[in-house]
Amino acid sequence: MAGTPQNGASPYKHPYHLVDPSPWPLLGAFAGGALLFGIVLYAHYRIGWVMIGGLLATLAVMFLWWRDVVKESRTPGLHSAVTRLGLRYGMMLFIASEVMFFVAFFWAYFHFAIYPEHVSGATRPVWPPAGIHTFDPWHLPLLNTLILLLSGTTVTWAHHALLQDDRKSFLIGLALTIGLGIFFTTLQAYEYSKAPFPFTGGVYPSVFFLATGFHGFHVIIGTIFLTVCFFRGLAGHFTKEKHFGFEAAAWYWHFVDVVWLFLFVSIYVWGAGPVQH
Amino acid sequence: MASATDAHHGHDAHHDHKPGFVQRWLFSTNHKDIGTLYIIFSLVAAVVGVFLSFLMRLELQQPGMQIFADGQMWNAYVSAHGLIMVFFVIMPALIGGFGNWFVPIMIGAPDMAFPRLNNISFWLLVPAFILLTASLFVGGGPGAGWTIYPPLSGRTGEVLYQTGPAMDMALFALHLAGASSILGAANFITTIFNMRAPGMTLHKMPLFVWSMLVTAFLLLLAVPVLGGAITMLITDRNFGTAFFDPAGGGDPVLFQHLFWFFGHPEVYIMILPAFGIISHVVATFSRKPVFGYLGMAYAMVAIGVVGFVVWAHHMYTSGIDVDTRAYFMAATMIIAVPTGIKIFSWIATMWGGSIELKTPMLFAIGFIFLFTVGGVTGVVLANASITQVLHNTYYVVAHFHYVLSLGAVFGIYAGIYYWIGKMSGRQYPEFWGKVHFWLTFVGVNMTFFPMHFLGTQGMPRRYPDYPDAMWGWNFVSSVGSYIAIASFVVFFYVMWLTFRKGEKAAANPWGAGATTLEWRVPSPPPFHTFDELPRIR
Repeated sequence: MAGTPQNGASPYKHPYHLVDPSPWPLLGAFAGGALLFGIVLYAHYRIGWVMIGGLLATLAVMFLWWRDVVKESRTPGLHSAVTRLGLRYGMMLFIASEVMFFVAFFWAYFHFAIYPEHVSGATRPVWPPAGIHTFDPWHLPLLNTLILLLSGTTVTWAHHALLQDDRKSFLIGLALTIGLGIFFTTLQAYEYSKAPFPFTGGVYPSVFFLATGFHGFHVIIGTIFLTVCFFRGLAGHFTKEKHFGFEAAAWYWHFVDVVWLFLFVSIYVWGAGPVQH
Repeated sequence: MASATDAHHGHDAHHDHKPGFVQRWLFSTNHKDIGTLYIIFSLVAAVVGVFLSFLMRLELQQPGMQIFADGQMWNAYVSAHGLIMVFFVIMPALIGGFGNWFVPIMIGAPDMAFPRLNNISFWLLVPAFILLTASLFVGGGPGAGWTIYPPLSGRTGEVLYQTGPAMDMALFALHLAGASSILGAANFITTIFNMRAPGMTLHKMPLFVWSMLVTAFLLLLAVPVLGGAITMLITDRNFGTAFFDPAGGGDPVLFQHLFWFFGHPEVYIMILPAFGIISHVVATFSRKPVFGYLGMAYAMVAIGVVGFVVWAHHMYTSGIDVDTRAYFMAATMIIAVPTGIKIFSWIATMWGGSIELKTPMLFAIGFIFLFTVGGVTGVVLANASITQVLHNTYYVVAHFHYVLSLGAVFGIYAGIYYWIGKMSGRQYPEFWGKVHFWLTFVGVNMTFFPMHFLGTQGMPRRYPDYPDAMWGWNFVSSVGSYIAIASFVVFFYVMWLTFRKGEKAAANPWGAGATTLEWRVPSPPPFHTFDELPRIR
């Protein structure tokens, strides 16, 4: 166990970031618990304040926690190259777990779409179930596909601009990406309002709304993530060597994009039924 | 990778200075303190879980209804017992407790990769546990079994079984525990991949670390699928979707697929860390390196991979296709191969070694024997045709208690006795440790072995009552459980003796057989274990 002798002033002779004690994990855990218990109270007794309080507390803890992370990233010596590599692993693994979350919803979709006989009580085994009219995939869904694909290129533009130290193009590319994200969400909300089937209309709306709804929720998260990066970019937090916060947001954005492509191909196009007119 | 030469830390904290109580235990960012919190939490949850099983055995001691009001109450207690033992006893002890304590030390890292995330992984379990235990006292409780199958767990459409908020509280408890597991898994994988000391290559990594790496991957990929499934269940129950509700075209079997795609990896999540511990204990007390190190490591990888493609063997009687059953039967039996590699390698490790039967070794040998019994009944149950008869009988209950209650729990005990000196600085009393082992061994075998007979007689699980003809073995089983519970009390006495009167533990109390890094640091280790990184070989 012989270590290399060191002459630095730091008491630690390793490249890892040992984080100071923090109240946010404890508070975040209980805020999250209050949020979920609040949903139970709301669903059963229409008592809403616990849910709203829990949500606000959770959001507050997220803000304060990540504010600490941003501060640490700007403190020289804390986020070494090895620590930053650890953050990359962490983000990759988080996205992997998110992929598996969507696997559950795609599983539900294909369970019925490939085997329509699994749909209980159907008079004939067809997918979409008899009587369900679906969206025309070549109208708004195609436009949404193009919007997200374009946003994938603008975020890459921003990344390359950052690597060239071109701050202005970086911010323009990022702003365009955020705008396209908001555009997508708006169109999705509009599409939902025109849905030819109600949310509680059986198994097809269940799968459709939860799969696309969780995707939309992730688009909103990604948009917020990119917006935070935009303001951090304005404040000059990112350099061409050190900008993992932005890269993580870009990875997340690409993940959201790919999920959409699977939704578009399998639910909107392949699973299209009689189109709504 | 990690080299000590670019080590810099801009912070001026004194590394041997422990923070005050609130900072140290509530706001902790220290892997050893968080590991300790996990172990304490697990013991508290174990008291609740064991108490529930005590009530269950009291009820089943004789035919007729004794102490439970009705089947719903019985089901609620059975569900809570299962969920508590899985999510709040075994996982926190093995993964959160020993994993946190020893993965960083064994790979020569100063802490986990994400110390704050580590702390929220622990604290999320607290509201989760509160929600789950509180749900027992709300309405009829969450009486759908730990598998929470709809329609029994539903409250809409034609079926109105779990109408109250208790079921939703239990489901949200699972969401919180699941978030804890996913974050913890990402933390462990990052720590193991990114923070190994110079020279600590993957193929030199101790087997406990390998076991935690595989476990973490299983958690990362399996738990989100459970998250999706219970999300659908929650929206079915509360917001009018119809994933699993036949009245809206939904299919309850879909839930079984999603649940077991998580649930089967979950059983390996509970046993793999125990495999890791047993490898260390057997090698230490045989004074030999573990036999077939690489085979042992990759056997765990194989178990992890194959564990993802065998889930429907839990669904043989759910009306799935006969070809599907044939596939899942074959795939399931293949798992016996890497598992056999592990059992035989442990025996080969002991073979010709100078064996010392200290308490951890007794628990390890007990583990090997009992896990083999549970594994063999597992191969029996892998047969789709036999399971037509044995499905949901006490034979299944006996099987999974042999691998978990006697396998994973023996792994926990082996770990506690092996490492208590390292963690607390005080060694356990050998005599009382052995008393604890023998009482536990007799108690649990007497509890669970008769369940095989009850199962083959056709006694179904999750019923509070049974025909008089099944009284005999039920009585034996109940008496056995009282012995097992007495042994649990003895365990707390042993812990009390350890902390009150235990001898100061040396850095390595086990001698030449203990070769991993944790035995080269003081007992207990300093607040920050490694100020400079150790170099391996």
